[in-house]
Amino acid sequence: MSDTLLSIRNLRIEATSYPPGEAPRDVVLVDDVSVDLQKGRVLGLIGESGAGKSTIGLSSMAFGRGGVRLTGGSILLNGRDIRLADARALRGLRGREVTYVAQSAAAAFNPALPLMEQVIEAALHHGMMSRAEAEARAVGLFRTLGLPNPESFGARYPHQVSGGQLQRAMTAMALCPKPDLVVFDEPTTALDVTTQIDVLAAIKDAIRDTGVAALYITHDLAVVAQVADDILVLRHGKRVEYGTTGQIITAPREAYTQALVSVRSIDHQEKPAAPAVLSVQNVTARYRGTSFDVLKNVTLDLPAGQTLAVVGESGSGKSTLARAITGLLPPTQGRITFAGRELSRDQRSRSRDDLREVQMIYQMADTAMNPRQTVGTIIGRPLEFYFGLKGEAKRARIQDLLDQIEMGKGYIDRYPAELSGGQKQRVCIARALAAKPRLIICDEVTSALDPLVADGILKLLLNLQAREGVAYLFITHDLATVKAIADRIAVMYRGEVVRYGSKTDVLTPPFDDYTDLLLSSVPEMELGWLEAVLKHRKMASAGN
Amino acid sequence: MAAATSAAGWHKGGSVHPILLLVVQRVALGLLLLLAVSAVIFLGVEALPGDTAQAILGQSATPQALENLRAQMGLDQPPLTRYFSWLGGLMTGDMGLSLTNGQDIAQGIGQRLGNTLFLAFWAAVISVPLAILLGLVAARYQGRWPDKLISGVTLSTISLPEFVVGYLVLYFLAVKWQIFPSVAMVFPGMGIFERLNAVILPVIVLVLVVLAHMMRMTRAAILNVMQSAYIETAELKGLGPMQVIWRHAFPNAIAPVVNVVMLNLAYLVVGVVVVEVVFVYPGMGQYLVDHVAKRDLPVVQAAGLIFAAVYIGLNILADVISILANPRLRHPK
Repeated sequence: MSDTLLSIRNLRIEATSYPPGEAPRDVVLVDDVSVDLQKGRVLGLIGESGAGKSTIGLSSMAFGRGGVRLTGGSILLNGRDIRLADARALRGLRGREVTYVAQSAAAAFNPALPLMEQVIEAALHHGMMSRAEAEARAVGLFRTLGLPNPESFGARYPHQVSGGQLQRAMTAMALCPKPDLVVFDEPTTALDVTTQIDVLAAIKDAIRDTGVAALYITHDLAVVAQVADDILVLRHGKRVEYGTTGQIITAPREAYTQALVSVRSIDHQEKPAAPAVLSVQNVTARYRGTSFDVLKNVTLDLPAGQTLAVVGESGSGKSTLARAITGLLPPTQGRITFAGRELSRDQRSRSRDDLREVQMIYQMADTAMNPRQTVGTIIGRPLEFYFGLKGEAKRARIQDLLDQIEMGKGYIDRYPAELSGGQKQRVCIARALAAKPRLIICDEVTSALDPLVADGILKLLLNLQAREGVAYLFITHDLATVKAIADRIAVMYRGEVVRYGSKTDVLTPPFDDYTDLLLSSVPEMELGWLEAVLKHRKMASAGN
Repeated sequence: MAAATSAAGWHKGGSVHPILLLVVQRVALGLLLLLAVSAVIFLGVEALPGDTAQAILGQSATPQALENLRAQMGLDQPPLTRYFSWLGGLMTGDMGLSLTNGQDIAQGIGQRLGNTLFLAFWAAVISVPLAILLGLVAARYQGRWPDKLISGVTLSTISLPEFVVGYLVLYFLAVKWQIFPSVAMVFPGMGIFERLNAVILPVIVLVLVVLAHMMRMTRAAILNVMQSAYIETAELKGLGPMQVIWRHAFPNAIAPVVNVVMLNLAYLVVGVVVVEVVFVYPGMGQYLVDHVAKRDLPVVQAAGLIFAAVYIGLNILADVISILANPRLRHPK
């Protein structure tokens, strides 16, 4: 085993947690994890948030975020235990033997320095190359990674390039000092699905060309299946299963891995056509003080008690549509009809009943709740405001709503900080339901959640729809979610609806160009999917 | 915000760099502000009971004598006319004559202002780099002994009244050990080294007084930036702590630090009267206080306007440096 690069044995990582209102206590983040990585291979680390993926990834540089401590086991890199190395030795190793690609390149680049300075910094700092050599290597990497104008790209500042380009520049920064190992920490998670596929392909090419070994951390099994040779499945800081990529995705042994592989188990049958509760006609909208239409002539119908999924990448106008419907952004043209009557454009001139009928749930449940109010106060507010409920009657109704979101007793007096991510989103759902609306606008409500938790939320939403007959306008960029929940689908691109109809119609060929690109960009859980898609695209463009 | 968007709009249309436009805007705004301040000063002096004629002739003057003097000095003109003639004089460098000694105010102030700026300059040259350096070191060793030592010492010196610091310095350095002269006497025709030797004690006191504020702000701004993800990126490149702070944190902490530095520089010019008195230094502060005591209103007006100009000028400079330090404005998309 002379070509073993990284060998982690019985790793234990701890941190001190400060729960609100309680004494600080030590928590174990990673417990008894062992894994080997050979030179030139790619190991995927997969699991939901809190599984310890990033913590293990950073431990390969002997780095702990915040108060994270490596308390047991050994981490052998090139044969020596870096857990025992001193600060000076670690500085010699970071940026030279191991480098790191962060999830959000936009935050990981220093806004005050041009890209080239940052890309070549590690190589210069460790005295590995002259400035001219390092710059030449960086330009070569920019070219490999498919960045525009590789010769002059480095002169730009981080705010001058797009998110996908920054993520590639970050990869170039990691590869520039010719490391033995690169840690990729969710490098494509923050990107649109149509951008993700290109960045993924660029990273994969760069790994192959440089022969570097990599730890690839992600929560998305379909993504890791495209780049990793082996996969380590983690849960609650413990090793669940380890195997080759082929074995993990085709024949998972552990129940948890099987659940990850078969996530999106919801089989939702599309409902038959019904009269519309919400009708958006030729709506055009722009933000104040601008001359650019963010919504262009949007026309949609949402049948009562059904789900209309609005899909598209960031900047396509999905959330702006929600703002237009709720009257937060009054449209410049068009009509919005709700239950047969036309809604006033501006929410300030809508009746209290109109406001009650349309509720919203947001992506970040964290920021959508007042952290200083209890769950009872948060859910109780619409009960008071719309129905004048007080005292016992209000409390009984709050408990009733908590039962509906499957949270039961014991939560009414808790604060949001004491809830998990999924529970927070459930409380937001209960708050929306409290108003007894006929339409709930769900804006990326599962995007910030782990797949299994998101699955639970989607099932809850479907159950509530069956029971209460509420319609959902479901905004998302995730096509798997769309397939799981929608009755009708609208595909948006640059403020326009490019495709609209029943789920079956929208997802059945022939497609328009954009829908085709969007659908074919969603990673699928099979080996060689990435190559197949890229090859197909190349042939298609050659054919044109 | 409005400035930023209009600048961006301009850039699209023409070839003027948005930075230049922003800077021109700030300077124009500053001049406007200075005009407003001149009006306020004029009104303030106007609102005082009695006028210059009364001040010259004293309480026992006869109404007829007052009347004559007012006509002679143009004080019987309406206030607006007098305001504009005063403003016109200022533009041409004519600040009028002092009441107490009949000398040209511009000349008297010019010499005093020169002394004040000399003192402020040397205090700034020492205190600004020292404060920033100490702030960086304190941030580097946050919560450990160097941080506590630096914070403790600088906070003690700022907590003591200036005259106490002044007399302490005087007692030890001038009286007990007799290293430096106790009186900061300067006069025209003095050589630069003599002059420096004379002002060393007041410079030390001023440095001690302004150090803490700038040091604390540098430390706070750096620690704030140290939370950013790109600091972790720099650490993971293997950079040492001081390299991370200097190369990656400091460039992003310039704007808040510059603002506090400028406030302190302004203080060094306009607020050092106590230190001047302690060391018998002939600066602007003493000059102003003397003439306020003598109700020499033309001098007070002129000095007030100069102080306002210094304040506004330094704040504009802080704004401009902050703008230049922002890569989003320096390199638009």
